[in-house]
Amino acid sequence: MSVTDKQPVDPESSTVHEVVEVPVSRRRRIGTGIVLAVVGLFCVLAFGLGSHAGYDATFGLSSLAAAHNLPDVVLPARVTAILLGALVLVLAGWQLGRGFSRRQLRWVLGVTIFCFVMAFLCWAMTGTKGTTIDFLGLLQNTIFTATPLILGALAGIMCERSGVINVAIEGQMLAGAFTGALAATVASSLGVGMVAGMVAGSLMGALLAVFAIRYVVNQVVLGVVLNVFALGLTGFLYDALMQPHADTFNNPNFFGPKQLPLLGDIPFFGPLLFDANVIVYLTYILIIAVHVGLFHTRWGLRTRAVGEHPRAADTVGINVLRTRYVNVIAAGLIAGLAGAYLTIGTIGAFSKNISSGKGFIALAAVIFGRWRPLGALGAALLFGFADALQTVLSIVGTPVSIPSSFLAMLPYLATLFAVAGLVGRGQAPAADGVPYVKG
Amino acid sequence: MSTPTATDPPPPTDPEDAVPQPPARSWGTRALDAVRYGNAVVVTVLALLVAVVVGGLLIAVADEPTRQAMHYFFSYPWDTFSRAWSAVSSAYGALLKGAILDPHALSSGSLTEIFNPLSETVLNSIPLILAGLSVGLAFRAGLFNIGAQGQIILGAIFAGYVGFAWHLPVVIHLLVALAAGIIGGAIWGGVAGVLKAKTGAHEVITTIMLNYVAVYLLAYLLGVKGFQRPPYQQAISRVVDTNATLPHLLGSDLRLHAGIIIALAAAVGVGWLLDRSTTGFQLRAVGANPSAARTAGMSVERNYILVMVLAGALAGLAGCSQILGTNPAITADIDGGFGFDGITVALLGRGRPGGTVLAGLLFGALRAGGVAMQSDTGTPIDLVVVIQSLIVLFIAAPPLIRSIFRLKAARGAGVGGSQLAKGWNG
Repeated sequence: MSVTDKQPVDPESSTVHEVVEVPVSRRRRIGTGIVLAVVGLFCVLAFGLGSHAGYDATFGLSSLAAAHNLPDVVLPARVTAILLGALVLVLAGWQLGRGFSRRQLRWVLGVTIFCFVMAFLCWAMTGTKGTTIDFLGLLQNTIFTATPLILGALAGIMCERSGVINVAIEGQMLAGAFTGALAATVASSLGVGMVAGMVAGSLMGALLAVFAIRYVVNQVVLGVVLNVFALGLTGFLYDALMQPHADTFNNPNFFGPKQLPLLGDIPFFGPLLFDANVIVYLTYILIIAVHVGLFHTRWGLRTRAVGEHPRAADTVGINVLRTRYVNVIAAGLIAGLAGAYLTIGTIGAFSKNISSGKGFIALAAVIFGRWRPLGALGAALLFGFADALQTVLSIVGTPVSIPSSFLAMLPYLATLFAVAGLVGRGQAPAADGVPYVKG
Repeated sequence: MSTPTATDPPPPTDPEDAVPQPPARSWGTRALDAVRYGNAVVVTVLALLVAVVVGGLLIAVADEPTRQAMHYFFSYPWDTFSRAWSAVSSAYGALLKGAILDPHALSSGSLTEIFNPLSETVLNSIPLILAGLSVGLAFRAGLFNIGAQGQIILGAIFAGYVGFAWHLPVVIHLLVALAAGIIGGAIWGGVAGVLKAKTGAHEVITTIMLNYVAVYLLAYLLGVKGFQRPPYQQAISRVVDTNATLPHLLGSDLRLHAGIIIALAAAVGVGWLLDRSTTGFQLRAVGANPSAARTAGMSVERNYILVMVLAGALAGLAGCSQILGTNPAITADIDGGFGFDGITVALLGRGRPGGTVLAGLLFGALRAGGVAMQSDTGTPIDLVVVIQSLIVLFIAAPPLIRSIFRLKAARGAGVGGSQLAKGWNG
């Protein structure tokens, strides 16, 4: 076929996806600047001047279990909070005056969040004299709570990059958690439990794939219905089997932490990253695998092509439907692993609705992380941190007592602000949620 | 080329849609066709059938004697089948008795005992219908309201607070409390609408997060003096004044209250709004094709906010019916899962008010029967959730039901078909 032999372009059928990098608008620039300024002022006034003078903020960086430790960091609480607030104010001033580029803005945002959190912690420690926050423990807890979110988000990314919306992460997690606990008990082997949990997650993924791809059901609707289905099914089987016969069906052990040689001996980072259980290590590997796979392999290129423009991908000979099936079912494996982590990775036994919305937070992490593995990792860690912080704050006596319910709201409010304030429109893969019908 | 107008139907994405409609036919042929091709009603009935069969399998698996018989299945299979059959029939029998009529009560019981199952069924259907209308209305404008749970909670908080903290004359107190509940739900829905319109934040995410925020807000309030009931030990609110409660319809012994009238009126109101008013036309236009609606001069953003406020108000009414009618004090589980069941109700009702009422009654019957089933035969009530989700799953995929029952392929009658096939960017 010669180059001149072009098909006439039908203006109705060809969808034009314009990718134009618009410079940050003046209104948006000022808006962001004002938000930063408010955050900075809040840090200075509430956390700096609002805290009691003369108190020290002590951040514990040591772990009892570790051989080598870092000394605690002791900072004057009030001055530190004011300085951190001032730094945010400087950033706000620059944003209002000159404006950061989009790329820079991401870093500015990260610094701002960091300053806000640290200033808040400084303030929180001025409630009673001599309070120490176990900072290492806080970060350990962050990874502990973020692991299922990271895995769930990776599953979501794999699905959505190939053009299938995955709202059913929650249901896949539940299936994985239930089956993981059941299989680990019956086979009295944690390895079997983990594999069974992954398979259960991928079976839910296969249901999603068949209904979304073969029967062209609206994918958001489908995801919600599958979540209800998984909740009902696991709840029913829990009441019918596990509750009355806990010993025979719901008594798995759980993966204990395993310290890695050498790496585990690094002060601070050793106990933080390399003294965890198998599933956490698997998570590290999966993060790298999905990132590299998506952006540096043929599979990744095909997946992204199918998610962005399936017709074009089909034209060059990529099997769109098969790519989607493979991705959705493989994503189910990862979501099932996230579920298995909830039971045999942490506490052992299954209980009703054990995922309690973690799948939805993972979904929010996908969106907040702009459908990128590393972005979602950051988002998941942020939500995990908000969750871990809540536990720490309920122990530390803050100067003004914060009701525990408000602390529990923290991760959800953070998600709300993140999705509303920072993500904006049109970031998803172009064909995400649009069924592909050949013809 | 003609200018795109909002009334243009969306281009058919399903090739089955392209089958030309045959000319007028007699009633007989139409009824026959309905069965052969599987119209909406037939598909619904078949989906219900399949879901009940799958539910039966679950009951059999969960039944202890059946499981024991399975151990010697190959030497004496009949035992397994007979025990499974007795477990399934007694469980579903108890479900029907709890949902519709107990034949035992018919011969010996009082009027109250005879009508109690129906009263419970309709009582359960009130919040289901209202939440279903809330979800369905948002559907028609192209939005997916998963936040009915939070909106119900806010509605219940507002209505309940007015109900127990204020003291007003008889009818006025009820009306003010209802208005407060509507406002509470509307605020919570409106937040998601404003976020969608102003920042583009997807309503699925924001409404889910608002659900959790509402849950914890309620948990906080249930520990606050003035809201919590003395002596401040249980997480339960003060009791709503009798002046602010919805009157019972079938005497004080049966729990059915005037909430059903509100629910039916709301269904009529939503039907009128969608099919007869300019606002409804705009909402549907925005739902069918936002770009075309914008070209035609409608404000998509304004309509997003409006529909979420209305959807929130309807869910708020569901909260009112719970707190002012069914259970006159707020507890942590005041939403009772009705928010999420509202989604399945709206899907089963295909987003239309009439269908939503029928779907609400069906699921209300399943809930009422499920309670009886659990107490009579020990079959966990979660079975009802499985059946509900399966019904909706099968209904969402009519080709699947057709292939199971070997019906001929015909005009698509699915939920969430072309009008909803869009992703995060939409």
